[in-house]
Amino acid sequence: MSGLSIQNLSMRFDLPGGGHVQALQDVSLDLKAGELLSVLGPSGCGKTTLLNIVAGFLAPTEGKMILNEHEINGPDAERGMVFQQGALFEWMSVRENVGFGPSMKGMPKREKVEIVDHLLDVVGLQDFKEKAVYELSGGMQQRVALARCLANDPDVILMDEPLGALDALTREKMQSLVLKLWKETGKTIILITHSVEEALLLGERLLVMAPRPGRIHKEYRLPFAEMGVGQDLREVKKNPEFAERREEILGMIWDMEEEIMGRTEAAS
Amino acid sequence: MIPFLIYVAIFVVAFFVVKTIAQRTAISDYGSLKTVTFGDESAVTPNRAASIISILTIFLLWGMFTGSALLPKFLHAPGPFEGTGTFEYTAQAGDQTDTATVTVLVHPIDTPTDAPEVAPGDGWAKDDSTAIGMWRTGLLRVDRNDELGRNDGAVITEINGQAVQPGDSVDVDFGTVTISDKGTPNIQPSKGWQMEPIWLPSPEAVVQRVGEIASQGFRGSTLWEHLGYSLFRVIVGFFFGALVGIPLGYAMGLSNWFRGWFDPIVEFMRPVPPLALIPLVIIWAGIGETGKIILLFLAALWIMAIAARSGVSGVKISKVHAAYSLGASKAQIMRHVIVPNSLPEIFTGARVAMGVCWGTVVAAELVAAEQGAGMMIMVASKFQNTDIVIMGIILIGIIGFGIDMLMRYAEKLLVPWKGKG
Repeated sequence: MSGLSIQNLSMRFDLPGGGHVQALQDVSLDLKAGELLSVLGPSGCGKTTLLNIVAGFLAPTEGKMILNEHEINGPDAERGMVFQQGALFEWMSVRENVGFGPSMKGMPKREKVEIVDHLLDVVGLQDFKEKAVYELSGGMQQRVALARCLANDPDVILMDEPLGALDALTREKMQSLVLKLWKETGKTIILITHSVEEALLLGERLLVMAPRPGRIHKEYRLPFAEMGVGQDLREVKKNPEFAERREEILGMIWDMEEEIMGRTEAAS
Repeated sequence: MIPFLIYVAIFVVAFFVVKTIAQRTAISDYGSLKTVTFGDESAVTPNRAASIISILTIFLLWGMFTGSALLPKFLHAPGPFEGTGTFEYTAQAGDQTDTATVTVLVHPIDTPTDAPEVAPGDGWAKDDSTAIGMWRTGLLRVDRNDELGRNDGAVITEINGQAVQPGDSVDVDFGTVTISDKGTPNIQPSKGWQMEPIWLPSPEAVVQRVGEIASQGFRGSTLWEHLGYSLFRVIVGFFFGALVGIPLGYAMGLSNWFRGWFDPIVEFMRPVPPLALIPLVIIWAGIGETGKIILLFLAALWIMAIAARSGVSGVKISKVHAAYSLGASKAQIMRHVIVPNSLPEIFTGARVAMGVCWGTVVAAELVAAEQGAGMMIMVASKFQNTDIVIMGIILIGIIGFGIDMLMRYAEKLLVPWKGKG
C-alpha cells in the first residue's frame, strides 16, 4: 500500500452574484499508509470541503489526488466515510447496516456474516445486531457507523466530525475505540474535528488549517495517539506536553478567529 | 335551536360529572403531576369518556327528536298531536248566530283514516268532523253542511268563544286554527318538536332499511354490490395512479429534465379539484367504469407523484454519500437507499390519495352512475327516501374511515422507521 498523495488542491466556488469563494488554496499533503491525521481549524477553513474532495463527492477546480498509484475521481469503496450522524440506514437492522458494503459487492453470505459478526464484536454491539438503528443511543449509532465503514475494508477512512454530536463521556470512550481500531486495522485515517483536544489525541499528525482562503497553516507530529493506544486518555491529557500543545493551538485558532472578526468589521 | 341547546347542556353537564368522577378515582401518573398543562400539547390527550358520551349524545338527540322506539318514552321530545280534538266555532248570518263543534281526528300519515261520524247537532250550524294526518294541516269548509252557508252571508265570528277575523289564529287544545282570507278555518294540529320521518327518520328505521337493502337490494343491485362498485373503482383508479405517479415522482426527484418537464403540469394539475374534471371525463369517456377510473386515476396521480418526489428530495445527502462510499452503484442506491427512504412519504401520500379518491368516487356517482354508494343516495334523495340517504352517508363514512385505518395500520407495519431518521 502506498498511501495518499494530495497535490496542489484548490477549490473555488463561483457565487451567483459574481465574485467567488476560495474554499481551498494550493493544499498539498502526503499521507503514508496507516497514518492517522487529524485536521483542525475554525469554521470556514475548508476542512469539510477537503474531506469531501478526498471522498470524491466534489471535484476540485485544480490539483489532483493519487491513492495507490491511481487518480481519485468520484466516490469509491476504497475510501470509507464516517459522518457526524444520521447517515445510517434506519430501514435496516444493525447487522444489515454493517453488512451493507459487502452486500453491495455481492460477497457470499457466509463470508459476509463472518465479517459482520467480527466487527460487531470489535465495537461491542453483538447483543444489538438485530435491533433497528433508531433504537440505539447516539454513541452506539456511531459504533455502527464505524463498523459499517470497516466492513468494506477501505484503504482510507475519512471521518467528518464523527464524535461531534456525542456527550463528553461517550465521546471519550469512542476516542479510545477509534485509536484501538486504528492500531488493530492499520488503516489510513483522516479525521476532521472541531475539538482541539480530540485533534491532539487522535492525530499522529495534526493539520491546522486557516480560513479565507482555506489553506494549511501549520502541521504537527504528535506522540499522543501512540500513547493513547495502550492507556487511559485522561492520563494522556495530564501530560505537560499535551497541555502546552493545546494552549498553543488554541491560541492559534483564537488569533485566526479574531483576524476574521477584524476583517469583517473593517469591511462593514 | 332546541336540539342545539340540549346538546350544549349535555356537553357542559357531562364535563362536570366526568370531572367529579375522575377526581374521585384519580391516578397520579406522570402527566397528572404536571402543573402547566394549558399550552402543553403533550398534556392534552383525548378524554375517552367524552368521546363515548359525544357519540351517545348524537344518537340520543337523534332518537329524542324522531320518537325512536329505542328510547324510553319519557326521553322523547314532545311528538305531534295524535288522536281526537274538538273546537267550537260560532257563525253569524245576518242577525242569526249559532255555535257548532268540529271534531278533528289526527292520524299517522301512513294510515289513511276517514273522518269520524258525528251527529249534526241542533241549530242551523251543524257539527263537523275531519281527519288530518300528523304534521299536516287541513282547510275545513264548516259551512258545507250548514243550513246557512257562505253564500247566505254566514261568517265565522268566534272560535272557542274568541272573536276572530280572517287572518287571525286561535290556539285550541290540540293545535292552532287560523281563519283564511276567505273565512275558512285552517286546522293545524300541533306538530310537536319531533322531526317528520321524511326529513329525519328514526335510527331504527335506518337500521331496518340497511337490512332491507342488504337483503333485497336497491335499483337492481344489492347493497354490497353498490359499495363494492365504489370500492372497486377507488382501488383500480388508485392503483393506476400510483403505478404511474410514483415512478413519475421518482423521475422528477432524480432528473433535472424530468423535473423541468413535468413540474408545470403537476403544479398546475395539483390544485385542480378532481370534481372539476367530472364533466370533461363524462364527455370523453361517458358515465361507465372507464370514465370513473380515469377520474380516480387523475385524482391519485398528482398526489402520488408529489409524494414520491418529496420522498426522494427528503433523502439526507449524507445517506447517499455513505452508500456511494460503501461501493453502491446507482441502481443499488435507488433500491436500498432512495426507495426505502421515500416509503414513509409515499404512504402518507397514499393515505391522502385514498381519501381523495373515495370522496371523488362518491361525487362522481352522484352525478351519474348505474351502481355505487353515491348513486344510491342520489336516487334515494329524489324519492325522499331519507332513511336510505342517511344509511348511505353513514356507510360511506364508515368505509372512508376503514380505508384510512387500514392504510395507517399498513404504514405502521411496513415502514416502522417513519420519522426515525
